[in-house]
Parts: sequence; C-alpha cells; structure tokens
Amino acid sequence: MTTLSIAEVRAKVLSGELKLRDVVEASRQKIDAQNVEINAFVYTDFELALKQADEVQEKIMSGTAGKMAGAVMGIKDVICEREKPTTCASDILAGFESVYDATVIERLKAEDAVIVGRLNMDEFAMGSTTEYSRYGASKNPRNTRKVTGGSSGGSAAAIAADMVNASLGSDTGGSIRQPASYCGVVGLKPTYGRVSRYGLVAYASSFDSIGPFAHNVEDAARVLEVIAGFDEMDNTSSREPVGNYVETVQNPTKNIRIGVPEEFFGEGLDPEIKEGIEATLKKLEDDGAELVPIHLPHTKYGIATYYILATAEASSNLARFDGIRYGHRTDKDAMLDELKAEEEDLKKAIKAADGAEKKELQAELERMDSALVRLYKKSRTEGFGMEVKRRIMLGTYVLSAGYYDAYYGKAQRVRRLIKQDYTDAFKEVDVIVTPTAPTTAFDIGSEIDDPLQMYLNDVYTISANLAGICGVSVPAGTHSNGMPYGIQFMGDTFQESKILNAARLVEMLD
Amino acid sequence: MSTIAHERFEAVIGLEVHAQLLTNSKAFAPVASIYGEAPNTQVTPLCLGHPGTLPVVNENLVRYIIKMGLATNCGIAPKSIFARKNYFYPDLPKGYQISQFETPICHDGYVDIELEGYNKRIGLTRIHMEEDAGKSIHDQDPYNTLVDLNRAGTPLIEIVSEPDLRTPQEAYAYLSKIKQIVQYLEVCDGNMEEGSLRCDANVSVRPRGQEKLGTRTELKNMNSFRNVEKAIEYEIYRQIELIESGGEVVQQTRLWDSNKMQTRIMRSKEEAHDYRYFPEPDLPPIIVTDEMLEEIRSELPELADVRQKRFVADYGMSEVDAVTITEDRYLADYFESVVDYSGNAKASLNVVLSEVLRILNEKSISIQEFSITPQRLSELIKLKEEDKINSSAMQTIFNKMLEDEGSPEDLAKSMNLIQVSDSGFLEELVDDIIANNPDEVERFKAGKKQLMGFFVGQAMKASKGKANPKMVTQMVTKKLEA
Repeated sequence: MTTLSIAEVRAKVLSGELKLRDVVEASRQKIDAQNVEINAFVYTDFELALKQADEVQEKIMSGTAGKMAGAVMGIKDVICEREKPTTCASDILAGFESVYDATVIERLKAEDAVIVGRLNMDEFAMGSTTEYSRYGASKNPRNTRKVTGGSSGGSAAAIAADMVNASLGSDTGGSIRQPASYCGVVGLKPTYGRVSRYGLVAYASSFDSIGPFAHNVEDAARVLEVIAGFDEMDNTSSREPVGNYVETVQNPTKNIRIGVPEEFFGEGLDPEIKEGIEATLKKLEDDGAELVPIHLPHTKYGIATYYILATAEASSNLARFDGIRYGHRTDKDAMLDELKAEEEDLKKAIKAADGAEKKELQAELERMDSALVRLYKKSRTEGFGMEVKRRIMLGTYVLSAGYYDAYYGKAQRVRRLIKQDYTDAFKEVDVIVTPTAPTTAFDIGSEIDDPLQMYLNDVYTISANLAGICGVSVPAGTHSNGMPYGIQFMGDTFQESKILNAARLVEMLD
Repeated sequence: MSTIAHERFEAVIGLEVHAQLLTNSKAFAPVASIYGEAPNTQVTPLCLGHPGTLPVVNENLVRYIIKMGLATNCGIAPKSIFARKNYFYPDLPKGYQISQFETPICHDGYVDIELEGYNKRIGLTRIHMEEDAGKSIHDQDPYNTLVDLNRAGTPLIEIVSEPDLRTPQEAYAYLSKIKQIVQYLEVCDGNMEEGSLRCDANVSVRPRGQEKLGTRTELKNMNSFRNVEKAIEYEIYRQIELIESGGEVVQQTRLWDSNKMQTRIMRSKEEAHDYRYFPEPDLPPIIVTDEMLEEIRSELPELADVRQKRFVADYGMSEVDAVTITEDRYLADYFESVVDYSGNAKASLNVVLSEVLRILNEKSISIQEFSITPQRLSELIKLKEEDKINSSAMQTIFNKMLEDEGSPEDLAKSMNLIQVSDSGFLEELVDDIIANNPDEVERFKAGKKQLMGFFVGQAMKASKGKANPKMVTQMVTKKLEA
C-alpha cells in the first residue's frame, strides 16, 4: 500500500477501496518489520499519525482535503517539528525537542500530509553515507551491506523500503540526489530560495535546500508544489511564482534540449553507469529530444570550493551548540574538579621546577582555560562527532585572520565562475544531464576512514549547490552488481518544471 | 601631572557610539524589546538561538540608519551587506553577532561641534547596523552568571568617528551632538544610563608636532556623558605619565571604573578575538534605491542647527537662547507648541526659559515628563498678557499648576489672584494711600519720582496683590502731578 502514489491512495480512499488509516498501518508494519535492519526511522509516532489519518480520511470523503491528502511521510531529522525530537543525528542535540514547526512542516500539515516519524541522516547533514549518525548507519534496502548514501540516507531508504510514499530531505552538496541514486528512488533538490529554510537546522546556509523523495516523479512534484514559495520568515526565499509541477509531469514535453557536459562523463565514472546513461539519452533523443554537447569548465573546482565555503558557514552555524541554553552540556561539577586538579598539579610542578622550565609552566598556568571556556570545549568535544568536528575546524581555519583571502575570498570568486558557467549553458539548453554519482552504493565502512574519497561521491551534484540551481535524480538502471544508479537533470534557477519534465521522460522509458 | 607634559603631548581620540534604535521590534525578529521587563520574556526561538531559526531584517532599521547617515552628511551605499562576527559568549545565543564589516551602509560623513571659543568639524568613518547581545548578570547569584536575552537581537547602529578629537571636552561635545541628532531624528532616545546610547573610546597620545599616531587603548564601560569625559582624561594622563617615565603604552582594552575613577586592563592585544567576519548568508544585500533615499530625505525633520537659525529669525530671540531652547528636540517642540497656542513668542520664551527649565532642573526630569501641557501653559501666558494677573501671581499660579489640573484662570480665581482693574475700587485705594502718606506725597511732588514704587507697593499690599499695578501707576501720576 505504501508503494501507491499519493494520488492513487487518495483515489482509493475516495472510492472506499481503502481507508487512509490502513495505509498508515501498512507503513507501521513495514517499519516494525524492517527498520531494525534498515535503520531509516529514528523516531515514529503512529498514535498521532493514525489520528491525523482519520481526520484526513474525513476530509477526503467530504471533498475538503488538501493537496497532500494521501501522502504518508517521513521527515529528515534536520527539519524542526514542534514537540518532536529534532536531533540532527547528533549527541549534542540528544533529547532536544523543537519548540516550533519548520515552514515546510506547516505547509505539509496544512495540505493534509500525514507524518509518521523522523529519518536518519549524517550528523548535521555532513556526510555522504549516513554512517556518521548517533543512531548508527542506515542500510541500503536493495542490499543491506551497502550504504544508503547521504546525508539524507534515511529519507531515501524509507522510500526504497516502501515504508512511506514520500519524505523530505535536505541537500547541501548532493545530500538528496546522491542517496536517491544509491537507493533507486526519485530525489529533487530545488533552486536555492525556492523552498523556505525556516526550521531547517543550518549546515551551510547559502547552499542548504529542502526537497522531496518519492517513488515517482509525480509525487516528488506534488510535494515540491506544496512546500515551495515565498516565506516571510526566510529573507533568502524567493517571491518567484511556484510552477504547476504536477500538471507539467502529467503532460511532459518530449522535444527538449538537453545539454551534455563532457566534464561529467570522464575519468572516475563507472563505465557501466556511463553506458547506461548514454543508452537512456539515446532513447530520449529517439523520442524527440535534442542532445547538445556543452562545457562547464569551472565545475572541476567544485569540490574544493564547496569544502571551503560550506565549512566556513558551518563553523559559524554550529557555534550555537554550546551547551548553554539547550542540548548537551558536560558534567559541570566533574569539569570544575578536573580544572582544579589541573591547576593544583601545575602549581606543584611550578614549585618543584626552576629556570626556564618554571617560567614555561607559569605561562601555562596563565593560559589555563576559564571554567566557561572549558565548559564550551568539553560540551562540544563530547557532543559533536568526528566529521562535524573536522568540518568545524576546516571552516574556522579558512576564516581565520590572514587566511581569509587565500581561501574564503578565492573560493567565493570561483563560485561565481561556476555559476556563470551554468548561466551561459542554460542560454542554449533546457536542462543539463549528468550521472548523479560516479558509482553505485558501496560497502558500509569502506570509505569512512578516507574523507577525501568520501567527498568525491558528490562530484556531480555539488556544483548545482554552488550555482544555486535545481537538480533531480531519477532511477536510470541497475548495475551488474545489482545496485541502482540515477541520472541527474539540472535546471536553471526556478526551472523545476523543466527538470521534472525531463525526469518524467526517463521514468516513462521503463 | 605637570602642565608642561600636557603642553608637550596631544591626545588623539576616536569614539565608537552605539545607539539602540527605537524600532517597534527587534532587528531581526518580530518581537518587541522593552527596557525593564522580566528577564527572558521578550524572546522568540530566534533570540534564543534555537536551531533552524533565521533572521529577518526589520525594515525600520534600514530607514533609521539611512536617516542618521543623511543627517550626518554621510554617503549612503547603494548596496551593502551584513556580516557575521563570530565569538563565544553566554549572552550571544547564536555564537555570532549579525553586523556589518566591509561595506557599512553609511560612510564618510561629519558633524560640526561647538566648544567655547571655537567650532570644529569631526569626521565620521562609518555608521553601520548590528544586533545587540543579551545581558550577563554577574552579581545576583553567588555561584552562577545569569543571562537575560530580552535585549538580544535589538537593533543598534554603531557610529564610528575619525580620530579627529583632541580633548575630553571635544569628545563630550561630539557625544552630545550625536545624542542631539539621534533625538531629533527620533531614532534613539539617547539615554546613556539605560544603555540605549553607549560609547567606547580609542585614545592615544603623541608628542605635539608628530604625525605618527601613538599606540592606542580602547576604553569601555563608560555609562554617562561625564564618565566618558573623565575616563578619557584619566587615560590621557595615564599614557603621558607612562611615556614620561620611560615606559611604553601597550595596545589593550581597558575598563573604566567610575567608583575608583580610573581605567584598568580588560584584555591585551594578544587576547583580542579573531572574529572571523564573513558575509551573512541568511540575509540578502540591502539595496538602497535613489527613490528610497529621496523619500527618506524628505521625511527628515529640521535638525538643531537649522532650527536655531530659524528661531533667531522668526522669534527674534538671541542666539544664546536659541541654542538653549533647541539643545533638546523635545524642549524646542514644546516651546513651539506653546507659541502656537499663545501667539506670543517672547512671553512663551520667557516662561519656558525661566519657569519650565527651572522645574526640569530642580526635579531632574525631561520635558517629556513635565506635567503642564503647552496648551495650559499658553492659557497662563494669556492671563498675564490680558492683564488679568500680574507677574508675581503668574509664578504662584505656575507652581500650583504643577500639581493641580485646573485651568490657570480657575486657579487664579480660587487663589484670589485675578487683578483688580475696577477703577472705582482702585481710585478709593489710591486716595487712601495718598491721604495716609503725606510725607511721601510731598517728596514725590518735589521730584522724587522713584517713590512711585512705594505707592504701587502700598496698593498691592492693601489689595493683597490683586491691584493692577499699571492702573495704580496711572492714577497716582494723575492725582499727584495734576
């Protein structure tokens, strides 16, 4: 039942064939049966979901239901829901409950979506596998030895395992599209500013986008149509009118111009994925599409640029997790005892020492942390995971006095060049096609100790975030290793209709 | 401190003034901030730095700072951006302060200050917007520091002067000028004691004639105009003494202790923060169009300098009086309102300068807190102009009006102070006085005209202050000179 599209659920409820509560029950059974292994959901509340289902059921029957009636959804643990645990899969937010709903949650609820729970992710959306989570790694439903991709791995896996028919994720460098590719589902990253970020716990504010996952393109379009649009709570959200995305995918245009950037089909790409995508493009061409070779010369600097700018913003965005007002705070008394003991030890050592050594020890005593500084250090050291610490340090470094121009300043200039590459390209084409990721999902644990290798998983997705444009990943085939892979369409800013149209054409090839 | 040292050195002073804006809501959050409310009641998830919250620019903030920029002859940047200033402190909920760094919205302005004997133009480097932090309270709990976030996110503008100031007196005059301008523009209430106006000072000294600047210190924690003057004075002497005794000024931040009347070290240059400024990604650039600029310019009120000149021209008052009355925008407003009601500028000026200012000084209150409305005061002035009361009665009634809501005329009647202008009654009174004081009459007739005061005084005494002194004078003259 959870493989039915939102529209199908709604139709069957209206015809009396189904009760919405049965769909929610089916979701619960799936989760009960499989989540122990898949680890997509980190929190569920079916009591509330069933109550909501009954309310929406009545609305469907009386013809007053909103656009999302029929959707049974999960939400990535980085999007705030009132009185629900919102932990970003981090120990530093263990036990934290948001006091408000994100704008996207308000909009989904207002249109009668039923939300059953919250989904696993890489801590603070930093990662490409969902292994960096306080809840442990999510596993790929197609093969549980494999990663789901990330950071929105739970959101992709919940769809792939048919636990829900739609979910929300967030995409800062590929965190929606890459797991969608690895898990064989549809995932869309909207244009920056298309969907309000109010209530999305910030990783890199100038990159973050909230977007949908679904079994099919139409459901992704439906969710986007509801969550998109200007929000006065987010000054970076756009007043650009929201398109009729569902209508677009219901009547797709076949004679579109598709840009094919040479740079995205070269070294590093799995040959089978390359062949598969080329075969898909051939079919689209046969159906009336025009393939246009294009160049995006600066995108090769994408990963380097991203890891300077995104970590810089992250180092500032994550400063608020300081153990003062909420979230994890170190054991204060133990910390004070420890500080006191250190001080006494130092004093003893000073007494015993003389000459240069004494001076050095005295200087050390002078430099000792205040209780406040120690409280910050210990709380944050205990609360943040390895990858988050790595990125905070990287970001702090690139913003430091004396390094700013060489790193941050330069990266910002490269970002503009990348954006210009896309602006120029979209003068010629409707959409740009690329593989979503260079490989299929790999084994859990195989890259966790090699951050640079890990970062390369986002090589095809990251430049869309740098440019602020939209992108969608739609399943394109299955590798001989049994794992799915996706094809990505990128569109110019606010051209979500065009990428959804192209994604629908691929879906129709099946 | 020897005078010789002072002659050999000159001080170089720059001020950073923070003014808390009178917007209805916080800089970046739709919630009010009212001084003196219970701690942590004027807050939203944003002010508390909750995850997922985003700042939203208060449009008034932008208008207010542009007003300030225009009033201080600044250039207004057509495009400026916000920046994040990063540091950890418990009263800074987000771990960064939203401010402006490389592109302040207002730049390169000036104000003119007047001191005894000379005028001086003080350059303004920049005026930028930022949000305030919360308040750390260290003295209410013996074991913990308490944090009140009501103030967190309230809008501030920071006005940075060029190092053009040379004496504590110039600094005082400059600060007073800034206060006057923010009050005239109604962008800030200018109250230093409540912290809505705050001032830090950069102070250095150098031998006279030397161009190169000396090492500066930054002074903080000066919470009144006098303290700013005193702290700078102290710091200048401290630095001169240090150099004279062979020492060296070290770049550091120092706190003013108003009890001990001295500055003490807060942190050294080495301990200074690396604020890691970078563009605030949550807020788009502020675009100021020509139309917006013109609209705001047209809304600018008349500022003190212009008003002074107008008062001299329109009301024929002296320049000294014009300066006094326009010093405080609200006092000038009050005065003009009294003139409007009474139609008599000269009489209005006299009452405001003598009576109203006396009460403000005695009670240490502002004109906004003064109880007599311009309309009531003008009624009092009219009574006097219409000869219904005399000067001494006017003062008595004025004092009564401070506590009594009654109309001046009713008060005059109830206090029996309406002048008697009934010629029959006065004639009888004057005749009595003439009959009872033959000696004085004799001397008056012999040419001692100063005795008129004696006769009028007798008449006032006999009438218990109600006699119209003008009429009494006329009658005495008529009767004794005929």
